[in-house]
Amino acid sequence: MTNNIVEIDNLSFGYKGRMLHKGINMVFPRGKVVAIMGGSGSGKTTLLRLIGGQIKPSKGEVRVAGEVVHKQDRDGIFKLRRKMGMLFQHGALFTDLSVFDNVAFPMRELTDLPESMIRDLVLMKLNAVGLRGANQYMPAELSGGMARRVALARAVALDPSIIMYDEPFAGLDPISMGVVCDLIRSLNDALGTTSIIVSHDVKETFLIADYVYFVADGEVAAEGTPHDLMQSTLPFVHQFVHGEKDGPVPFHYPAADYQSELLQQNR
Amino acid sequence: MIERVWRLGAGARLFFLTICYSGESFRRFHLVMREIYFTGVMSLLIIIVSAFFVGMVLALQGYNTLQKYGSSEAIGVLVALSLVRELGPVVTALLFAGRAGTAITAEIGLMKTTEQLSAMEMMAVSPIARVVAPRFWAGVISMPILAALFSMVGILGGYLVAVPLIGVDEGAFWSQMQANVDFRSDIVDGVIKSFVFGVACTMIALFEGFDAPPTAEGVSRATTRTVVISSLSVLGLDFVLTSFMLAV
Repeated sequence: MTNNIVEIDNLSFGYKGRMLHKGINMVFPRGKVVAIMGGSGSGKTTLLRLIGGQIKPSKGEVRVAGEVVHKQDRDGIFKLRRKMGMLFQHGALFTDLSVFDNVAFPMRELTDLPESMIRDLVLMKLNAVGLRGANQYMPAELSGGMARRVALARAVALDPSIIMYDEPFAGLDPISMGVVCDLIRSLNDALGTTSIIVSHDVKETFLIADYVYFVADGEVAAEGTPHDLMQSTLPFVHQFVHGEKDGPVPFHYPAADYQSELLQQNR
Repeated sequence: MIERVWRLGAGARLFFLTICYSGESFRRFHLVMREIYFTGVMSLLIIIVSAFFVGMVLALQGYNTLQKYGSSEAIGVLVALSLVRELGPVVTALLFAGRAGTAITAEIGLMKTTEQLSAMEMMAVSPIARVVAPRFWAGVISMPILAALFSMVGILGGYLVAVPLIGVDEGAFWSQMQANVDFRSDIVDGVIKSFVFGVACTMIALFEGFDAPPTAEGVSRATTRTVVISSLSVLGLDFVLTSFMLAV
C-alpha cells in the first residue's frame, strides 16, 4: 500500500476558456499536514474540490486511497467522501440546526448508531474543540472563531482519513487563530489523519505544516518543508513568505503609461 | 434562447432526480412533516383571509348580476362552483408561490451561498435527497389541502354576505349548491388542478433556489423569477387542464 493517501498526477483544469491548473503533481502522505499556498485566485480551493470529486479535471488524475476520483460513479464518490472531512472557509454550519445537531448530522445521516451513542460522541468531539458547553447554541449565536471550531468538530465527527481545510484562519482574531492552529495539528496527530490545508496565512501554516506546495500561474512554483521555504531565494516564494509589496506578483495591475493617460485626460 | 433551453433541461433533470430520491423522504417522513409545517401551516393565515374576502366579493358581484335575471337564489351555486373549479386551486397556487415558493427559493439559494449544500455533498449526503425532495413532497401534499380550505372558507364568506347581509334564502343557498355541485366533475377536477399546481409551483421554487448564483443579487433575482414563472405556469396550466376537463 502506497504511503500517499492522495496523489495528484499531471492535473490540468480550466473553465470559461482559462486554464487554472497546468500539469500539477502533488502527493499527500498519510498522517502528515500538507499545505497548499498561493495568491488569491491561484486555484487552491479548486484543488480541494477536485480531490473531493465536486469537479472533474480536464486532464490528469486525482487518486484518493488508490481510486481515481473522477472515474467513480455516484456510490463510489460517496464511499470516498466518507473517508474525508472538510472545513469550509466560513464554517458552512447548517443554520437551522443547533451546534449539537450540526455535529451529530453526519452520524445520523451515515450511520445506524443509537441516539445515546451519538450523544456521547458529539459531546466528545465538542469537548475536543473546547465547545461542549455551547452545544445548544444556534450558529447565529456563535462568534466566527466558535463557528469555525464547531465546523471542525463536525468535519472530524466520523474520524475521517483525510481532513481538508479551506482557509481555516481567514477572518479570525489572533487568539482564535492560535486555537484553530493548535487544534488542526493536535487532531491530525491524535486521529492519525492526513490534513490538507489551503491557506495564505504564512505564519500559522508554517507552524503546523510538514510540507508545503506553492501554486502560481497554474503550476507548482515551489515545494518543500516550511524551513526550506523560509530560506528559499526563489523570487515568488521570497515575495510571498516575507509579504513584499512588489516582485514577480506586481503591485500595479497592467495599465497604460501613467503620465500619458493623465495628460490625455487633461486635454 | 440556448440558455433558456439549458435551464429547462436542468429543471427537468432536477425533477427526475427528486422523484428518484423520494424514497428516502418517505422513509424519514419527519423531514417532510417539518416542511409541511413551514410551507403549508405557515401559509394558512394568508389563505384563510384571502379566501374569506374572495368569497365575499364573489357573492356581492354574483348577486349584482343574478338578480337582474331573477336568479339570485343561485348565488350559492355560483360561489361554490367558481371556488371549487377555478378560484380555489388558482388563487391558492398564486398565494402559495408568493409566500411559500419565495421562502423555499430564498432558503435554498442562501444555503448554496453559505456552502451548506457543498458541505452536505462533501459529507456524502445528497442535497437532493435531504433538502429538495422533502420540500417537494411537502408542497405537493400541502397544496390540495390549502386549496380545499380556500374553497371552504370562501363559501363561508359568500354565505355570510349572501344570507345575513343581502337576504338570500338560506335553504335555497345550500340546497341549490348541493344539487348542482358534482363531486366527480367539479370537486375532483379542482383537486387534480391543485395537485398539478403544487408540483409546478414547488418544483419551480426548488429549481430557482438550486440554480441561483451564490450572491445576494442572484438569490434576489431567483425569488422574483419564482413568483413570475410560477404565476404564469399556473395560469397556463389552468387553461390547458380546464380545456381537457371540459372536453371530457
